[in-house]
Amino acid sequence: MLGHPVFPEQEPHEHQPAVDGVVIEDSENVIEIRDLMYSRGARVIFKNLNLTIKRGEITALMGPSGTGKTTLLRLITRQLVPQHGAILINGVDIATLNTRELYVLRRRFGMLFQNGALLTDLNVFENVAFPLREHTKLTNRLIRHVVLTKLHAVGLRGAADMMPAELSGGMARRVALARAMVMDPEILIYDEPFVGLDPISMGVIVRLVRRMNDALGITSIVVSHDVAEVSTVADRSYLISDGKVAASGSPGELSAANSELVRQFMHGMADGPVAFHFDAPDYEEQLLGRDSG
Amino acid sequence: MRTLIRDLYNNLVEFVRTFGAFQLFFLRVLSHAPQMVFGRPGLVVKQIYNAGALSLVIIMVCGFFVGGVLGLQGYSNLARFNAADSVGALVALALIKELGPVITALLFAGRAGTALSSEIGLMKATDQLSAMEMMAVSPVKRVLVPRFLGGVVAMPLLVAIFTCIGLFGAHIVAVDLLSVDVGAFWQQMQLSVDMEDIQEGVLKSFVFGIVASLLAVWEGYNAIPTAEGVGRATTRTVVITAISVLILDFMITAVML
Amino acid sequence: MQQTRAVEIGTGLFVLLGMSALFFLTTQTTGGEKFSADETFEVQANFDNVGSLKPRAPVSMSGVTIGRVTDVSFDPVALQAKVMMIIDSRYEQIPDDSDASILTAGLLGSQYIGLQAGGSDTYLENGSEIYFTQSAIVLENLIGKFLVNSGSGGDE
Repeated sequence: MLGHPVFPEQEPHEHQPAVDGVVIEDSENVIEIRDLMYSRGARVIFKNLNLTIKRGEITALMGPSGTGKTTLLRLITRQLVPQHGAILINGVDIATLNTRELYVLRRRFGMLFQNGALLTDLNVFENVAFPLREHTKLTNRLIRHVVLTKLHAVGLRGAADMMPAELSGGMARRVALARAMVMDPEILIYDEPFVGLDPISMGVIVRLVRRMNDALGITSIVVSHDVAEVSTVADRSYLISDGKVAASGSPGELSAANSELVRQFMHGMADGPVAFHFDAPDYEEQLLGRDSG
Repeated sequence: MRTLIRDLYNNLVEFVRTFGAFQLFFLRVLSHAPQMVFGRPGLVVKQIYNAGALSLVIIMVCGFFVGGVLGLQGYSNLARFNAADSVGALVALALIKELGPVITALLFAGRAGTALSSEIGLMKATDQLSAMEMMAVSPVKRVLVPRFLGGVVAMPLLVAIFTCIGLFGAHIVAVDLLSVDVGAFWQQMQLSVDMEDIQEGVLKSFVFGIVASLLAVWEGYNAIPTAEGVGRATTRTVVITAISVLILDFMITAVML
Repeated sequence: MQQTRAVEIGTGLFVLLGMSALFFLTTQTTGGEKFSADETFEVQANFDNVGSLKPRAPVSMSGVTIGRVTDVSFDPVALQAKVMMIIDSRYEQIPDDSDASILTAGLLGSQYIGLQAGGSDTYLENGSEIYFTQSAIVLENLIGKFLVNSGSGGDE
């Protein structure tokens, strides 16, 4: 089924208004993050983070667990607000948007959550149709047409009547991908799309990510720590560690980099700059109980 | 000692803050309500079904036995004063003014309230609410408001059904088993029950419906998005709803007297 | 679609059931004094003691409810309780020398006003006052009298 995917032309049903009148084609950088600082309580998650995401590319954001990759996604979509620095989308600082403009902006994003985040009380078809029903006044026939096309693209047209609980993890993610695509977004964000999948499903998702990006000319952001999969799919990778960009470049460049941290991460070594041991009092001292005496 | 006072103070401030946040949440839910009622009645209907139709069996069973036990107790106690004929009046007043609204609200919290809290909590834990936000759909409007409205509509109807079944249960016990005169049973009831009594019951059922539904969606929406957090939220829903309903019941009764 | 239909039918049944329960409660459990009239006239009566008579209490004649009490207040000039009641206009031929007494329904029941027809040729009309009244029987007074009587009787 995947051999003959149908990728419809951008459908004219939903015009995508430019935020604050900025014409989309103006800049090559879709997202620019400048000097981002964000902390939760006393914990600093980002300090001086700078990165750009270019139009039409697949950009990977990688990093050890706990570096706040998901937090970064929430910042980009302004579910969180940074303490300092700016996030520009098509040249507009998203901190300046009001609620209505924010919702307009979010309609240009498609987002695939870690486990799909399908609405459990709706079946597959209705899940994919959800954004259309909420935002457009299309007739049922047209909705059916659009939804089935998108489901066909991810190979799950046959599962339209199933409930999310009946789907495997990989299928749920493909449905979520169809849902993310249904409003024809400009930017697709994948949050850990490869986690917990069997090799076959993983391969399917990798192919879909590539294909969606190329066939529809959208910009993709993949947050992941699956180095192997990301390397096959990403045009450009950012390795985030310790609150800032530790390295960036194509997967090949990253593999060849001679920074210790990059090597540790890319090759999966147990000890290195990211220490095997969590911060602890001196082993010998603690065992011998000197501090408690 | 000083830390104790500081803890108390902090708890008090936190309590007031939560209370205020709850009021604001209520206003937020209310502000979206007309849009949902007129724009998406289908969503509300589905929640009336979830909150109301699915609670029907438990409401009817409990109503029957509460009415039955009132009939028994009322009969045996009134019989001592030679007033067993008044059992109809006693049961009707007790059910219409107090037990109908209160017990229905408690059962509602246990059946529908926990279901709402855990459903919404799970939606939060599985990122469904975030996903909606990302799709530029307000979860408060799309998820919480219909569920709240469903509960608000369902509660007065459930109370009315509970009360009727309770009267039926009392009728069976008092008239059929204890052979109170059927005419006396109904006549005493009709003589003592006023329209005001029914209005009081309906008012209570509306207030309890609003409180129980709002607390359920509030707890679910503010649940910590983990399995443990959702579990705790459902427990809190029952506990807080029960306390609020009983306090409000006292207050309304005091004002109406 | 099938599922939506089931939900809609279930909801419909539920709402209908609830509505009919409410209807049952309002019509069948209330209405001991089901007094409702399109046109009424108002009559006043002063009592030495109204006992626990309350507004909405029925006004009956020969056991038939013909009106209800609208207001109970204290008349500071007459130093009596002033009771306002409305009576269905259909009963416009009640003699104006009828007397009104406050009676109790059953031993412990609520109190109501009973009218006893007089013999006058003029009838009660809007704004009339009933002059012959008999106060409520207050249990304490009754018991007191009984004790006094039996006490004096016991002296012999």
